[in-house]
Amino acid sequence: MPMEMSTREAYGNTLVELGKENRNIVVLDADLSRSTMTRFFAQEFPERFFDCGIAEQNMMGIAAGLAASGKIVFASTFAVFASGRCFDQLRMSIAQPHLNVKIVATHGGVTVGEDGFSHHAIEDLSLMCSLPGFTVIVPADAIETSQAVRAAATNLGPFYIRLSRPKTPVVYSDQYRFVIGKAVTLKPGGDASIIATGIMVSIALDAAKRLEEEGISCRVISIPTIKPIDEEAILNAARETGAIVTCEEHLEHGGLGSAVSRVVAKNEPVPISLLALKDMYTSSGKPSELLECHGLTQAGIERAVRAVLKRKRAET
Amino acid sequence: MPESKPAKRLARSQASAQAEAEAFTSTGQKDTLARAASVAELAKMAKALRRHIITMTAKAGSGHPGGSLSSAEIVTALFFKVMRHDPANPTWAERDRFILSKGHAAPLLYAALAEAGYFPVGELSTLRQFGSRLQGHTDRTATPGVEMSAGALGQGLSFSIGIALAGRLDSKDYRVYVLLGDGECDEGQVWEAAMAAAHFKVDNLVAIVDRNRQQLDGWTHDVMNIEPFPEKWRAFGWHVIEVDGHNFTEILDAFERAKHIKGQPTIIIAHTVKGKGVSFMENNPDFHGKAPTPEEAARALKELE
Repeated sequence: MPMEMSTREAYGNTLVELGKENRNIVVLDADLSRSTMTRFFAQEFPERFFDCGIAEQNMMGIAAGLAASGKIVFASTFAVFASGRCFDQLRMSIAQPHLNVKIVATHGGVTVGEDGFSHHAIEDLSLMCSLPGFTVIVPADAIETSQAVRAAATNLGPFYIRLSRPKTPVVYSDQYRFVIGKAVTLKPGGDASIIATGIMVSIALDAAKRLEEEGISCRVISIPTIKPIDEEAILNAARETGAIVTCEEHLEHGGLGSAVSRVVAKNEPVPISLLALKDMYTSSGKPSELLECHGLTQAGIERAVRAVLKRKRAET
Repeated sequence: MPESKPAKRLARSQASAQAEAEAFTSTGQKDTLARAASVAELAKMAKALRRHIITMTAKAGSGHPGGSLSSAEIVTALFFKVMRHDPANPTWAERDRFILSKGHAAPLLYAALAEAGYFPVGELSTLRQFGSRLQGHTDRTATPGVEMSAGALGQGLSFSIGIALAGRLDSKDYRVYVLLGDGECDEGQVWEAAMAAAHFKVDNLVAIVDRNRQQLDGWTHDVMNIEPFPEKWRAFGWHVIEVDGHNFTEILDAFERAKHIKGQPTIIIAHTVKGKGVSFMENNPDFHGKAPTPEEAARALKELE
């Protein structure tokens, strides 16, 4: 595995493997197969690939019909369209009947970059987590992506997997084993916990390493499954470290930070800081510029940890 | 799929259904499934379904009788003559599929399913009640024989394309029938699906539009003109057949002709009358989404004797 790889490329490769293993796998796209990498599957299995054109609502309906007839359906487009363009189709045709449709959405978050706000999915986790019965996953790297896609294929029910456009660092080794609904403690620590998802996981690790030099010991927890979320890991972090910072490439409303806050507030209230996009739309720019602008950086995490520690000390 | 919810609904609704069963009369279930049913027998069944629609919605105090009554012949023809299906085995892999895209016509579908033997006719009296398997709009997880959760319009054609494509991939010879409303064709997704069905050449798919010319707010040409309607479907690549949607000979002939159309989907535009069969409901948009009062129901049932 190279040091960097885009999660969408890992998805494209995994789909081809799955296609070889299981004839029941069918893939749909909405005229973005060159970008979502479902193209690889289309070239290998043209009879099991359907390009639905730029018509996401119809694609989700077709996906539901195929799933209702026993197919394992992967439907891909950009995250902003997969979640927002066809929300009622997801609700009526897929979520309520709990059909076996795997929505793998690429181009999540602001790291889409130059295309601007129209293509920045910053509300998608909120929308998808609101649908009863959906499993919502944001892999941290290419290795986790491959395993999450495989897990989706072998577990009944609707899934939403959010991937990224750019190449991102590989966090895990080949020995890593993804489990649906389980958090991963990547680094032990006792002063505070940094809980991150997606591309923020590797940045959180860098921040924790830097904070260690200051004598601040941070636990780093990756949460790939936003729903159902690993309450136990979160509550252990709350009890054992007494302070939490969450990091995500999504609005503060309805994403990882909201989910962690809900768990903490209900069971084990501790100071918590949500590093996320605030209530606003984004703009064009390089991915790094956009992350910087919204504070989703190593320095941003370090600041948030110091701030939350101050609150923790004030309370004790 | 969670099994507990439908199972619980079944247990609850069966208890209440038994108590009220005498309010409903079956026309004799198994015989009506005979493929050789005559036009006269089908007409008798359509009338029975209309009586159920009136009784059910009146008892529920809400529901959509108008668009249920207008589709009665279409649904009767499918369930009691055209389709290959087995009420004892609702998920039989080889079955022809019926998708009710206009999910508000649920009372009609429930009446047909009950008369066909999918569940007891007595259960029809539980329509829209808490705990009933017969939800206000169709629910795939609740009712045996219901293929799709519907009620938000415009989604059934896409769903049907998926089933048709699966049939093709699996080399199965089942056919897919989907019933849409004409008002429903205001929805953009219908036309996304229309384009896709022709593009994918799903000739095992037949759409039927209940062209009753009315929607909730009034006449379709006043609310949102969908004409030139047949021309639109032709332009989208469909084989179009127009019929009198209350004439069984024409309906059956259209379904038969559709079987021989290859390489493109077929649409049957069924010209109908909203509220058909009940004089004061016919062409009356008030009864799109309003149940008859007990007095109105009594008058309607008298007309449907």
